[in-house]
Amino acid sequence: MENFPVLLTILLSPVVAAIIMAFIPREEHLLIKCVAATGTFISMALSLYVFFAYDQSLGGLQFVQRIPWISDLGVTFYLGVDGISLPMLLLTNLLGFSAVFSSWNVNHRPRDFFILFMLLVTGVMGTFVAQDLFIFLLFYEVVVIPIYILVIIWGSTKRVTKEYAGMKLTIYLLIGSAFLLVGVIALFMKTTAIQGAPDMSFEGLARAARYLSEFDQKWLFALMLFGFGSLLSMWPFHSWSPDGYAGAPTAVSMIHAGVLKKIGGYGLIRIALYILPAGAKFWAPVIAFLGVCGVAYAALAALAQKDLKYIVGYSSVSHMGYVLLAVASLNVIGVNGAVANMFAHGIMAALFFSTIGFIYEKTHTRWIPDLGGLARQVPRIAVAFMLAALASLGLPGLISFVPEFTIFIAAFKVYGGLAVVAIAGIIITALYALRAGANTLFGPPRPEFNHLRDIRGPEMVPLVVLGTVLVVGGLFPFLLFDVINSGVVPLMSQIGGALKIGGAF
Amino acid sequence: MNVNLSLLAPELFISALGLAVLILGLIVPKDSRHGLGWLTVFGLLLGMGITMAGWENQGTLYGGLFVVDQYAVFFKLTFLVAAFLVVLGSMRYVDMMGDQSEYYSMILFATLGMMVLASAGDFMTLYLGLELMTIAFIVLVCFRRNDVKSVEAGIKYLLLAGVSSAVLLYGLSLVYGLTGTVVIGEVGRALTARPVPALILGLAMLLAGLGFKVSAVPFHMWTPDVYEGAPTPVTAFLAVGSKAASFAVLLRVFIGALPAVWAHWAMLVAVLAAVTIIVGNLVAIPQTNIKRLLAYSSIAQAGYILVGLITATGPGIKAVMFYAFLYVFATVGAFTVVTQYYSVTGSDEIKDYAGLSQRSPLMAAVMVICMLSMAGIPPLAGFVGKFYLFKTIINDYLWLAFIGLIMSMVSVYYYLKVALVMYRDEPADPAPIQLSAPVALTLLIAMIVTIVLGVYPGPLSEATNVAAQSFWR
Repeated sequence: MENFPVLLTILLSPVVAAIIMAFIPREEHLLIKCVAATGTFISMALSLYVFFAYDQSLGGLQFVQRIPWISDLGVTFYLGVDGISLPMLLLTNLLGFSAVFSSWNVNHRPRDFFILFMLLVTGVMGTFVAQDLFIFLLFYEVVVIPIYILVIIWGSTKRVTKEYAGMKLTIYLLIGSAFLLVGVIALFMKTTAIQGAPDMSFEGLARAARYLSEFDQKWLFALMLFGFGSLLSMWPFHSWSPDGYAGAPTAVSMIHAGVLKKIGGYGLIRIALYILPAGAKFWAPVIAFLGVCGVAYAALAALAQKDLKYIVGYSSVSHMGYVLLAVASLNVIGVNGAVANMFAHGIMAALFFSTIGFIYEKTHTRWIPDLGGLARQVPRIAVAFMLAALASLGLPGLISFVPEFTIFIAAFKVYGGLAVVAIAGIIITALYALRAGANTLFGPPRPEFNHLRDIRGPEMVPLVVLGTVLVVGGLFPFLLFDVINSGVVPLMSQIGGALKIGGAF
Repeated sequence: MNVNLSLLAPELFISALGLAVLILGLIVPKDSRHGLGWLTVFGLLLGMGITMAGWENQGTLYGGLFVVDQYAVFFKLTFLVAAFLVVLGSMRYVDMMGDQSEYYSMILFATLGMMVLASAGDFMTLYLGLELMTIAFIVLVCFRRNDVKSVEAGIKYLLLAGVSSAVLLYGLSLVYGLTGTVVIGEVGRALTARPVPALILGLAMLLAGLGFKVSAVPFHMWTPDVYEGAPTPVTAFLAVGSKAASFAVLLRVFIGALPAVWAHWAMLVAVLAAVTIIVGNLVAIPQTNIKRLLAYSSIAQAGYILVGLITATGPGIKAVMFYAFLYVFATVGAFTVVTQYYSVTGSDEIKDYAGLSQRSPLMAAVMVICMLSMAGIPPLAGFVGKFYLFKTIINDYLWLAFIGLIMSMVSVYYYLKVALVMYRDEPADPAPIQLSAPVALTLLIAMIVTIVLGVYPGPLSEATNVAAQSFWR
């Protein structure tokens, strides 16, 4: 087990599943789905193993693999996990596995669907285990092609057409990454000039970037902030998020809201903050301000929505505002809270989208005024919906309470007034989450929904997997926080020196 | 004079092959000329082997007239690979057109012209290679002589190629008049940093003449019409071979002969690259014909490759070679899909590609992957290529890097519109498209190489490094 390439196996298991599926006749729907489930299950089981086998007392990168890759760019195929990437990896696999079952009823070209979905999951996982900026970028945009095709074929047209939604998701991601790419190339050339030899690993870049001039740190960080921020649906670059989720099929909404946009937050912490701390220090007040704007704006926008997917879409923008605020606090508690909140929101948003997917599949509507009283007819769906809604408003005992609480402590110390606005956002969140639940699930049952069949069999998997994590993570927050802390503390202590000096505002 | 003929082995072999194919066409009865395609394919494979075997065998011939360095050898390999893929993917199309022997021999002579261009050590050889290539292409472009569009394209190409050659020749003669030599290396030594107006005029003419060949804006007007009218395999070969060869000689002339006045042309090339990238990508958006779309996208690609010329350094040369090589696979892959689809449905309109993903998943996948590689989306080869190109200019021409990378994301918009039609829409005729073995092989090679070079570019990167270093030796 010592030298077994665990991370590579986690990464390749869905790819192998996709290749197997390509050779299965397209009519064998059940077989295709079983292969997809097996592929993601192996990844999930192994990432659970990695999560618990990770030695927190040792900290740092573990399960490392390095293969020299491109010599004149200093690229190594460098995989590894630390306390920050590990929860994200686990999250991806929990969601990937659940999403296969949320898509169990896809019977229109399921082979194409699951092949593309496997590629999507692999791309997302890759970004979290890559420790080399070039390899990170390779995985970063693998997801573009599958997402676009998944949305235009299996998406749904409501307020916006699925073609519009797909293109919007894609173009936003790409324009953001164009700026990011300029930043990365410039960073690479400047660090190469400093070191004399190219090195694309995160550590190597961070080592050399210390000698960058303050001006370089600032504008490079700004490019990264734009790239990662627009992926994290940072206000005002968030408008792809509600439209995109509304148009996308369930599994894509789950993965996109659950983990893909977290690549933005992860990149902001693990790459931008780690490599360019002085730049982060300069831009932190801006990040905090944009984060709080996002919290308030998106929560109010969610209040006005009548389409369930739009509510969750805006709610996810709002929750990412908390993450930005936490990152901007630039202290250990804040960054801990940011990572934990990304994990918590991932689980909760995925459960939300999965449940809405089932409601839509059975009632053919997501329009709240057309729904009501579903709790009597489909109680299991109601349980899943309420679990997600309560987690969304940060109910103690569920997974998102402790992370949000942590964020408020950290942000209040640094940003006082702004943090108060953010805390007030919680109240609005409670309002729209509970109201959506009440109007959809409770009240007099409607006769036209009497024939509905509750979720059962494979459809139960997302509820069981994600619901368990929601509750266990809420009751035993240290399971999550200890791991995250073991990654955040060394990171912050490495950049601590740079954070003490400078700062513009 | 003692001539080391082993240096000329690839050229000798290809010209012998071209003549053999031409003569065999007269001997072999009409209905069995299909075999000529296979003869060409295996001949080109052998030619690649011969060229590759000469990787370490460097030298100059005829007093600097003909240079064989690793730079030239690398480009020759690129042309041979392009010709190989084009012929392999188009045999059925050629059988439908008839006159196989003329077609294949013209392809081979065009390849020969490109190989001479890559090795050109002085202006005479340069012009010889250029004309050999161009004349062969004129014949090829109007090969479907009963088709009005093809003939029109041929006339257009004939006229504009003639004009551009004249302009180029003017430029060359001005440089010759100022330096008294036609050998590229000696021109470089004779020129000083203080230019006279005649030299600037010559410089502009050289840039315009070669700009025509690589279809850089504003010398690109012929490209869409000729690309649309020419038989599709010829278009593919024109887009990759002719373009790569012109870039080979562009680098040779500008970096080899004109480094002294670098300061005067660097900014000019940068602006040319920026305009080419912008116009190519923006005009591609409203196109409804797949060949015109690919034509404009190939204009934009020329703009990207020009970026490598700006700094006139080793990394820039390396980036051009790297990009030219991977561009071969992406372009030939996309055009082979177009060729194949045309021979099944008789249409080149994008809207007729509806449901291709269901009729032939391989064709649709190759099309998407090749196009996204041109757009520079990781993990495909185009991304690594663009990384190499833009890393050379990021410090001095940051604005160009922004334009290039943002426009490449804009290009995704029109590429994805093709993907939209292929994947979302239901086919008008659901019958699966049967691919013949050579076509399937071509598509697979294009797709696999595009992915592998994107994920693991290490070996190619090292080969191009070595080749770029040989440039100054």
